[in-house]
Amino acid sequence: MTLVGLIVIPFLGGLLCWLAERRGDRLPRWIALGTMALELLLTLGVWLSHDFSLPSPGGEASTWAMEWRVPWIPRFGIEVHLALDGLSLVLIALTGFLGMLAVLCSWREIVRRVGFFHLNLLWILGGVVGVFLAIDLFLFFFFWEMMLVPMYFLIALWGHSGSEGRTRIRAATKFFIYTQASGLLMLVSILGLVFAHHAATGEYSFSYDALRDVTLSEPVAMWLMLGFFIAFAVKLPVVPLHGWLPDAHAQAPTAGSVDLAGILLKTAAYGMLRFALPFFPEASQAFAPVAMALGVVGIFYGAVLACGQNDIKRLVAYTSISHMGFVLIGIYAGTSLALQGVVMLMVAHAFSAAGLFILSGQLYERLHTRDMREMGGLWGRAGGLSGFTLCFVAASLGLPGTANFLGEFMVLFGSFSVAPWTVVIASGGLVLAAVYSLLLMQRVHFGPPKDSAPLADLDGREYGMLLGLLALVLLFGLYPQPLLDTTGAAMSEVQRLFGNTELLDATLTWEAS
Amino acid sequence: MTYLIALLPLILVCATAVAVMLGIAWQRHHASTVLTAVVGLNLALLSLVAVHQVAPFETLLVAVDGLAIFGAVLVLVSTLACATLAHAYLEHYRGPREEFYLLLLCAAAGGLVLVSSRHMATLFFGLELLSMPLYGMLAYAFHERRSLEAGIKYLVLSAAATAFLLFGMALAYAQTGRLDLAGLTAGLGEGGGAWGLAGAGLILVGLGFKLSLVPFHLWTPDVYEGGPGPAATFLASASKVAVVIVLLRLVIESPAFAHVGVHQILAVLAFASMLIGNLLALTQANLKRLLGYSSIAHFGYLLVALVVAEGLAVETAAVYLVMYVVTTLGAFGVVTLVSSRDISGDAAALHHYRGLFWRRPYLTAVLTVALLSLAGIPFTAGFIGKFYIVALGVEAGRWWLVGGLIVGSAIGLYYYLRVMVTLYLVEPGMQRHDAPHDWGTRAGGVVVLGLAALVVLLGVYPTPIIEWAAALGVAHG
Repeated sequence: MTLVGLIVIPFLGGLLCWLAERRGDRLPRWIALGTMALELLLTLGVWLSHDFSLPSPGGEASTWAMEWRVPWIPRFGIEVHLALDGLSLVLIALTGFLGMLAVLCSWREIVRRVGFFHLNLLWILGGVVGVFLAIDLFLFFFFWEMMLVPMYFLIALWGHSGSEGRTRIRAATKFFIYTQASGLLMLVSILGLVFAHHAATGEYSFSYDALRDVTLSEPVAMWLMLGFFIAFAVKLPVVPLHGWLPDAHAQAPTAGSVDLAGILLKTAAYGMLRFALPFFPEASQAFAPVAMALGVVGIFYGAVLACGQNDIKRLVAYTSISHMGFVLIGIYAGTSLALQGVVMLMVAHAFSAAGLFILSGQLYERLHTRDMREMGGLWGRAGGLSGFTLCFVAASLGLPGTANFLGEFMVLFGSFSVAPWTVVIASGGLVLAAVYSLLLMQRVHFGPPKDSAPLADLDGREYGMLLGLLALVLLFGLYPQPLLDTTGAAMSEVQRLFGNTELLDATLTWEAS
Repeated sequence: MTYLIALLPLILVCATAVAVMLGIAWQRHHASTVLTAVVGLNLALLSLVAVHQVAPFETLLVAVDGLAIFGAVLVLVSTLACATLAHAYLEHYRGPREEFYLLLLCAAAGGLVLVSSRHMATLFFGLELLSMPLYGMLAYAFHERRSLEAGIKYLVLSAAATAFLLFGMALAYAQTGRLDLAGLTAGLGEGGGAWGLAGAGLILVGLGFKLSLVPFHLWTPDVYEGGPGPAATFLASASKVAVVIVLLRLVIESPAFAHVGVHQILAVLAFASMLIGNLLALTQANLKRLLGYSSIAHFGYLLVALVVAEGLAVETAAVYLVMYVVTTLGAFGVVTLVSSRDISGDAAALHHYRGLFWRRPYLTAVLTVALLSLAGIPFTAGFIGKFYIVALGVEAGRWWLVGGLIVGSAIGLYYYLRVMVTLYLVEPGMQRHDAPHDWGTRAGGVVVLGLAALVVLLGVYPTPIIEWAAALGVAHG
């Protein structure tokens, strides 16, 4: 029942926020904050009370820490089937934490229709938690598509308009159409899988375990895998399919950007790890070189374009594309070290990108612009804001000591044995990361000041948010073991299914040392 | 006795029509006319329980089987919703109000005949009884140019379609000498021969016109836009349901329709309807026109079920019809309610709806749910319908149609979202059109709220509908 609670709490909280709007603007904010705090506490409680250590080697069925299932649409064997393992736990905890931040960072920014705003915000988070918990494919798809609607409203109604007036609606529509259309491709693939299962056994089932055992002919498996891959690639995003991301990020309110970069992008990586690889190991293996090449392209494309941006949020958005390139390489490398690195990088990127977006939001509140040409020389004018920017920029470029460094290092190290040249080229991206990060720092905080009047210093709420994020970045950068232990079992399961067995020994010895 | 029970819904609806007519002749009274109509329709709906006991039941002319009962339920529910909405809509209408219900009941009777027809005679009779009152309903506000234009346009084009239909029937008759479906089936044999095939094609044209499939769709936007709200609602729901049911029966039973050529024509029609319907809807600035084009696309999706015509086809068509009808009634219901206060035409231009949310949050929520459902987003009934269509297409390996559906719904999203976001934008200027303040407590409002709740409920828990649809029995000739 805890699992149901995890999904239902944000939805109920959202409705409460909407109803509480009549009682003034403060109440919805507190309700939303409390809801997400409850979500986070519940997740941490689950983490403390369950054991996520490695299962016995050679265990056959996938091992879930918690499971909950009831029939839903018996005609097609569809169930409400929720399950939680280390990977979903980490990502749900991340959702809870970033959810709290999203509520906090819109405390001042959102002043109109506060209740409805928080309804949408919490429903996005509820949908995301649903995605992380659902292992019935119909239910997964259900949540996958459903979370787009509140996100659309968030961007379209509370977003910042760009220069040409209506662009926030355009950005929201673009986001929605990209993700929805690619989602339908995934639905086709899911159904292809289900009917293949039906042809083999005579039963309809959308269950994860049942569909994993379906044997498919090679071309069919490739097509179905591509259906899944494209849906996830749009959301991740992988380079030719990334068109929605810079616009959506730039026009979204701060809370929306934090959610998008911190959590929504992670649903795509989660989908690849949970579904695309285990369902189609051979096809994915065959596709891996292409996927890794796309990852490399993404790293450079994102980094180079980030260097040329004037809008600070667009810059951070393009760095996300670059970081997700590393994630893609790690996923398709498939060694357990690389997969662990992927989880690490996902968490680290969630923190650093959230930090940078929150900082951009705070700059916008003070300067009313996101254009870096209008900034410059803020060091000394903006109080603690500049210092925090330096810290998060350092995290984003992967300075040792931060979680981002560990993530990127593990991904590259783990992938080297599989695709050495890819790794060599991708490492070049780290240099570009330093370039765009320092460029951001230089253009915003150093250089000749445009104005000498000091800006409002950070207040307690802003200090708290940034300090918390920074503490987590450093904590996981210096002592990542709890995180790695939690997701270790889930990742070794993915690795086992993906089938790079010959590398297992090498990586296990590394983990033991 | 069995005959009586099997035909009870039809008898009840006709009796109600007569009662309404006599009532009007005796004394005009809007509220009591509505009450009579609604009571009669509800009784007919209840009588279906009894009909269910005697089904399947067949005569030469009608087949009262599971499919017929299913169609009858949808037709009656749509008519009920239209009657309730018409009450809200016509309250401020200055001309005669009561005759509208008479026409509505007659059309409903036509729909009931049509869904159970298994003979060309009943098919034709039902179709005409369904269409004739619709001319009157569409042109009901005849002092207004658009309404009159809608009625006449529908009349002229409908007559042309009827001519096609009759000619098709004549050809089939010439080939076989029979007019009942079973006889046609036996007479045509496998494939059906050249004349049978031509007949099937012409019948298809006639019915395709009623469903406004591309390329027979040209009348749709104008008629939807011009017709009064309740009439357009009926046209979009009950009338289309009845025609789809009869087409389903034809396709499943008749070998002339099982011919490869006919299937390919159907597939082309489906593909064209999905794409062209959605593309034409893109730039519409009028909500009723937009819904008209979107209905073209939806019947394109539905046609996939008829193209496949085996396996899950009947179930898919049934589920999709339920989802479509509930959603469409909700969407048109809101339009009708918003228009109801104004006598100079309906509030259909999109700018009338700008910022509606901040004035009428619940009414807007209903329209939002309906639009999301039309777009096929999870948590709404439309998603289940779309899921079924995709499932059927994938199972039958009709990749072109599945591709068309994906592209079509991506295009569709654009205009549904455009309408949706308009509802929530801040209102800069004054407002001309609005629902009455107490809309939520009136009958029309309750119906609309109930429909929205149903859309969400069916989206979350579709099992009852699916089980009903899966158990639909079609009486074979």
